[in-house]
Amino acid sequence: MKAIVNVALKKGVLDDQGKATHHALDTLGFKEVVADVRIGKQIILELNCDSKDSAREEAVKMCEKLLANTVIEDYEIEILG
Amino acid sequence: MNVTVLQFPGTNCEYDTQYAFEKLGANVTIVWHKETNLPENTDLLVIPGGFSYGDYLRSGAIARFASIMESVTQYANNGGYVLGICNGFQILLEAGLLPGAMKRNDTLHFISKYSNLKIINNNNQFLKELKNDDVVNIPVAHHDGNYFIDSEGLSQLENNGQILLKYCDSEGNIESLNGSVSQIAGISNKEKNVFGLMPHPERAIETLLGCDDGVKMLQGFFNK
Repeated sequence: MKAIVNVALKKGVLDDQGKATHHALDTLGFKEVVADVRIGKQIILELNCDSKDSAREEAVKMCEKLLANTVIEDYEIEILG
Repeated sequence: MNVTVLQFPGTNCEYDTQYAFEKLGANVTIVWHKETNLPENTDLLVIPGGFSYGDYLRSGAIARFASIMESVTQYANNGGYVLGICNGFQILLEAGLLPGAMKRNDTLHFISKYSNLKIINNNNQFLKELKNDDVVNIPVAHHDGNYFIDSEGLSQLENNGQILLKYCDSEGNIESLNGSVSQIAGISNKEKNVFGLMPHPERAIETLLGCDDGVKMLQGFFNK
């Protein structure tokens, strides 16, 4: 079973990389279309779990313990069968 | 005075740190991260700078789970003095021994230069040889030194005198270096036995090499 984990800075924590990229997109002619840019990272986990529920449960534990720093980051988990 | 210096894969300031503390008269032991116990006679534990585990995932995120870290936490919780420099500061934040977190510098550049620091609170073992509002000149070398803490956490730091150092100009006017909240360069825990700072005092201990302001900082640990 596969879990896709997306980690990014929380709303309210200034994302300097996102801001710089947004600025670059503006100068490349996308000023009218781009409202916001946020940069995060994706972690792809191959899990030995029997069900989607247990895969999600394990992935949440991993995020809380290591994969995200919840002081500044939020995470989202998608489980693929 | 017995100083223990930790070493992780990717640590690169352990020998500079050893040199600095030996110059000040300490006995220094370097301890590999796979050990489970700190030397019993440790008077000060230093987590030095570098790029533990290549800064993978987040700076300090993997090092904080090393075997030795359980003893480090116990040592800190028993009131032992812990000093985290640069990557060591990042490890202490990831381990939850200090509050807050590090982000990429707001300039998105690696910053390597001398930086002026203002002493904000000298009422602690680390900075007691300096006076409040003193300015010291100390090298910084980091990519992830943009200190973040939420506004509630910042008030707690302020109210408890946990903010030790801020970036400033040569006159002592506070100025931004890397985007840190409130221009914070170094903090302590509430109990004032765990210290973290991004600048490298161990790199400023020889006038021949530019500056010895770091001596005034590290010396604090010697006179109890």
